[in-house]
Amino acid sequence: MKEKLQEILENSKEAIASAKTLSELEQIRIKYLGKKGELTLVLRGMGKLSKEERPVIGKLANEVRTEIEKNLEENKSVIKEREKQARLESEVVDVTIPGKSFKVGRRHPLNLVLEEIQNIFMGMGFKVAEGPEIETVYHNFDALNAPKDHPSRDLSDTFYINEDIVLRTQTSPVQVRVMQKTKPPIKIISPGRCYRSDEIDATHSPMFHQIEGLVIDKNITLGDLKGTLDIFAKRFFGVGTKTKFRPHYFPFTEPSAEMDVSCFKCGGSGCRMCKGSGWIEILGCGMVHPNVLKECGIDPEVYSGFAFGMGLDRIAMLKLEIDDIRLFFENDMRFIEQF
Amino acid sequence: MLVPVSWLKDYVDIDNISIKELEEKLIMSGSNTETVTKIADNVEGVVVGKILEIVPHPNADKLIITKVDVGSETVQIVTGAENLHVGDYIPVALPGAKLPGGIKIKKGKLRGEISNGMLCSAEELGFQENVVPKESKNGIFILKGDFTLGEDIKKALSLDDYVIEFEITPNRPDCLSMIGMARETSATFDLQINYPKIKIEDEIEDIDSYTSVEVEDYDLCKRYAARVVKDIKVEPSPMWLQMKLMKAGVRPINNIVDITNYVMLEYGEPLHAFDLEKLNGNRIVVRRAKKGEKIVTLDEVERELDENNLVIADADRPVAIAGIMGGEDTEVTENTKIILLEGANFDKTSIRNSSRSIGLRTEASSRFEKGVDPNIVVNALNRACQLIEQLGAGKVIKGVIDKYENKLEKWFITVRPERINDLIGVQLSQDEIADILNRLELETEKKEEKLVVTIPTFRQDLQQEADIVEEVARIYGYDRVQPTLPKGAAWGARTNAQEIEYYTKNILNSIGFNEITTYSFVSPKSLDTINVPEDSFLRRTVNLINPLGEEYSVMRTSLIPNMMEVLTRNYNRNVNDVLAFELGRIFIPHDVPVTTLPLEKKVLTIGMYGEKIDFFSLKGAVCTLLDRLGIKGYQFEPEKNHSTFHPGRCATIAYGNHILGSLGEIHPDVLENYNIDIRTYVADIDFNIILQLARLDKLYKPLPKYPAITRDIAVIVKDTVYSKEIENIIIQKGGELLEECRFFDVYKGRQIPKGYKSMAYSLTFRAGDRTLTDGEVGKVYDRILNELKERLDAQLR
Repeated sequence: MKEKLQEILENSKEAIASAKTLSELEQIRIKYLGKKGELTLVLRGMGKLSKEERPVIGKLANEVRTEIEKNLEENKSVIKEREKQARLESEVVDVTIPGKSFKVGRRHPLNLVLEEIQNIFMGMGFKVAEGPEIETVYHNFDALNAPKDHPSRDLSDTFYINEDIVLRTQTSPVQVRVMQKTKPPIKIISPGRCYRSDEIDATHSPMFHQIEGLVIDKNITLGDLKGTLDIFAKRFFGVGTKTKFRPHYFPFTEPSAEMDVSCFKCGGSGCRMCKGSGWIEILGCGMVHPNVLKECGIDPEVYSGFAFGMGLDRIAMLKLEIDDIRLFFENDMRFIEQF
Repeated sequence: MLVPVSWLKDYVDIDNISIKELEEKLIMSGSNTETVTKIADNVEGVVVGKILEIVPHPNADKLIITKVDVGSETVQIVTGAENLHVGDYIPVALPGAKLPGGIKIKKGKLRGEISNGMLCSAEELGFQENVVPKESKNGIFILKGDFTLGEDIKKALSLDDYVIEFEITPNRPDCLSMIGMARETSATFDLQINYPKIKIEDEIEDIDSYTSVEVEDYDLCKRYAARVVKDIKVEPSPMWLQMKLMKAGVRPINNIVDITNYVMLEYGEPLHAFDLEKLNGNRIVVRRAKKGEKIVTLDEVERELDENNLVIADADRPVAIAGIMGGEDTEVTENTKIILLEGANFDKTSIRNSSRSIGLRTEASSRFEKGVDPNIVVNALNRACQLIEQLGAGKVIKGVIDKYENKLEKWFITVRPERINDLIGVQLSQDEIADILNRLELETEKKEEKLVVTIPTFRQDLQQEADIVEEVARIYGYDRVQPTLPKGAAWGARTNAQEIEYYTKNILNSIGFNEITTYSFVSPKSLDTINVPEDSFLRRTVNLINPLGEEYSVMRTSLIPNMMEVLTRNYNRNVNDVLAFELGRIFIPHDVPVTTLPLEKKVLTIGMYGEKIDFFSLKGAVCTLLDRLGIKGYQFEPEKNHSTFHPGRCATIAYGNHILGSLGEIHPDVLENYNIDIRTYVADIDFNIILQLARLDKLYKPLPKYPAITRDIAVIVKDTVYSKEIENIIIQKGGELLEECRFFDVYKGRQIPKGYKSMAYSLTFRAGDRTLTDGEVGKVYDRILNELKERLDAQLR
């Protein structure tokens, strides 16, 4: 009996060691430990043993079983590991093959830039105001202190619906509307479409976009104008951006200025984008003219404010290095999908 | 406005200021520059020479051989120029000389004859063709006067000079003059300004015996002054005068014309010279033209006038269109002996309208229409007389006729230094502010805390305190004002509507749609292209009076044509799959013709085409959007009568009593109009309603605790039965236990009778408080099936 058990143990050891797969291992387990397995058969034959032999052989048989089970288990994890390795090796893919594409739509580049600008100003406490694109001559010109015989009112410059109604030439009428119905403090930007009678070419479009801003409160200064727009320039064009405010003229502001930013392409040393000057003109601005405040029912003795305006299309062209404004309105998907 | 720096130096001592500093500081005080150009840049080794001899070239008809004295020697030079005469002074580029464009002059031979240098044109010295005097045009630059032979041309003609082109803003017409720019320079650098000293040495006789002036329309002619000069000798101007004009962008003509131009550039006051002997009745009448009156102007064009044109007339006829251009009949010519010099001030609006009505804009009219100081008129006239006398071009007659009824006087603006400081954000003392204003020739007088500022008549832009604030700020320097931030506690945010718009775009982007942006004005024909019926309200459009062309003549009432154009353009450019949307405005008039501002409505249009795209792709996109916007309970109703869409593949999106929009496959006729042969899908959604229905607030619903049971159901129904009818029954009979009913297949063909279809749905059942049993679900399933059989005659497949 003893010898038989030893033999079973030795044979199983050998078989387990040479097993290559989990199923072979299972076969081995069944062969020795299954219901009709060799060890099981030995144990069944124990009834024939003497009273004295029985516990000894029983103990031995159990030791053999434990030993076999242990060997099986050990080899099982070895084989498992080997099989896993083999599977991984067989599953190698060429990771340089392009990935499957997930199509994500894009914002139109003009709105992409607009949203960026909006976010900057919203972060500085500005709300976004909107107004009609078809406007009265009053809101578009008169209320903004534009002289009655100003050339911008000409049929050659402005699109007319009738003598009192035009396609707005600027988003400033939104400022007028806001000032007329809101009590200061006012802090808004007004983005939107504008229209001027320009023939279409690479840099002109009869429809274009402006973003204007307006701040009205007590004690607003030219310094506040500079500080606000300087932060905008640094956030939009980069922290290193410098600003320069040059005196200029607009009918609806006094004092008025134009703001240049240091060229964000060359950093100010002069390049093609800034035409060698190191500066790029970005926007017009100024302190709101007291005539405009009065016209809008705001007492210029109590309140002051500043306003600014910039052409979105031009700024987007500068920032994205687009050389033809017509691309914005052609809407070629290959263009839009670049941004 | 072209300003030669040397001319500026006549009035302000800027010798020690570099051109760079001059430009930069003037920009920062408000005189923005367009360009700064160095005259005769890259010209080296060109000297003054004199033609001694001209002989024909033996071997070339079009060439001549000249002997030129250049002081140290006489050189032979071959040239093709045709404007040379013996005795002419000319610029000579000797061997070794350099000319613009990298040209180097060498000794050489031309057709066998020695040519040791080159005679230069004005263009070769760097001048624009439009300022070159007539006799030097297309030839060698003929120099007038006496010169030292061999002298460097740059020295001889004062070519070591810069010309600054200033951008003059419309509020500063006074800066359209050398004196105006000299004033700005003086204020900017705090330098003294030296005005020209006007003195006429010798005046004879009396003007009243020569002429008289009558102004009929003082409303349009505020001032008319005249002087007379006799014994006129018309000849080319001396070189110094020609050079000044040429650098300032004006072509020299003759001494008299040049002097009037010089004074116009110097003072900003346009002058005109008449041949007095050609004025009928020897007199001037300033009046409105009579309707139908004609005049041939200096440019040899006959112009018909009416009452809107102010004219300068003699006893019988107009001799000039006031402030715009003189007449040919009374032009100063070589034979002119006596001239009447006009200096006048005309109403700016009148000049503008007059100039526009006859379609003629001149240097004079563009100044008058911006506004000229009426008080410089006589100064300018006297300055011209002084120059005529100096050049020996005539004898000045004593006396000035000056018709000036309502003299413009200086005015006063009282300003508060404290207010000025508050607006700029600085702390200047009353004295500092007064000092700045004095630099601008604005006299100040202290009146307690305030300053009373006297405004000279050349500064008509200064009308109120705010204007003075700007003067102080710009001379103090915008760059010296410390940047600060507004103190208020404002908070920024999008409005609810803006948030919904932003969110809508994000959703559409996230499911693959690109945003497009198209023109708001379209062709009226665009509605024909999408087959809009003749009587549709879409055809009531807002029309432009002055469009750029028919193509852009009406404001859009639908975004579908714009979308179709974009889809077509992409298709024609072989862009394979296009998913696009535009969120924009349409313009609906309240009345036609328009008398009030139209309604501006926001519309969302979604368009797509592509290989795997069908009606349900579009519908799926729309549903995804509406679901994400929190809009529930919308319905798709078949629409057979929308002429833009395929009658069998179009639906109206309904929400209660509202119509949210339409969607469908574009009608083949419309596709044909666009000449595009791929099925195209468009949805047109009223975004104003979306703005009202959208609910962006979200609420948490507990996750299911108990398992669901899924049953599929497939029924055979008539073709005419809509899926929605089946779904409605399933939902109704499914009751509370039905969590979801999802369509997954429609099948026609084998095993299905003709005229029938098989519709399959996947039903999910779940209870919130227990695990459902098969038995429970079976009962509900049977109820559904029975109802489908009963109401739709459906058969379980």
